[in-house]
Amino acid sequence: MLLGLLCGALINLNGSGHYIHWGFIQMSVANFVVITLMVGVFVLAIFLPFPKRKRGNR
Amino acid sequence: MSIDTRPSTSEPVPASEESRQWTARVRRSAESAFPPNRLLPDRQPAYMASWIYVFGVLTVVGLGWVIITGCVLAVMGPSWWHVSSVGLFVNSLHLWSVEAFFFFMVVHLWGKFFMAAWRGNRRLTWATGVISFLVSVGAAFTGYLSQQNFDSQWISTQAKDGINATGAGAVWNVLNFGQMLMWHIVLLPIVVALIAGLHVLLVRRRGIVPPFDLTEDGDEVQEAAPGPDPA
Repeated sequence: MLLGLLCGALINLNGSGHYIHWGFIQMSVANFVVITLMVGVFVLAIFLPFPKRKRGNR
Repeated sequence: MSIDTRPSTSEPVPASEESRQWTARVRRSAESAFPPNRLLPDRQPAYMASWIYVFGVLTVVGLGWVIITGCVLAVMGPSWWHVSSVGLFVNSLHLWSVEAFFFFMVVHLWGKFFMAAWRGNRRLTWATGVISFLVSVGAAFTGYLSQQNFDSQWISTQAKDGINATGAGAVWNVLNFGQMLMWHIVLLPIVVALIAGLHVLLVRRRGIVPPFDLTEDGDEVQEAAPGPDPA
């Protein structure tokens, strides 16, 4: 409930959606945010070191 | 299947006597393809220690939550998930489980694509992953049509012309709520679960794909020595 109120206060979800236009490309801001997050998580997953055990490599 | 009329002893049945029975053939094939230490391994290659390998299992976890919350919604019904606070919460859990499922699946897909994960006789593993992804899109789409609100009405009326243009509308009517609900809660989940299960079994069977500079045994790839200069 509290989290919902906080998110509701941060992001106004009333009214029509917002869209991004790049020439013939049209995309909602929500989809753009999700795709950006996926690319960011993908890059982090490649470059962040994975915690390893001290002994043994298999 | 034949009836064994011999007195019960601890002596094993000769393999030749049961080799022609389909149950024995299936059992031997399953034992050969999935010995217990391969089906539930406790050791993995060192190159698996990367975050990119985590997203496959996160996708499976997401699918598990989608199925669990979907079962709760099916038990309680739309008058519960539209009105009660607990129903709205479980409905939201179902939606966000799907969002997480697709999020993790796409990152998993990107990772496997750039690893060329179909190498080493893993074509079927790759193909089942692709098919599972496509069927999941259909399952999510019919889920949007099954919400029983203005959103589902809007999506169905927007989609009908596109679906009808393909010819599939003759038997697959997106305006038919009952049909879309049955596809969403019966047919497509069964297909997704079966193909995803086969995908996981194939990963167990073939193992995860090694990096480009390693062989299947974990040794470094030896570059071929340059041949004699033809000139």
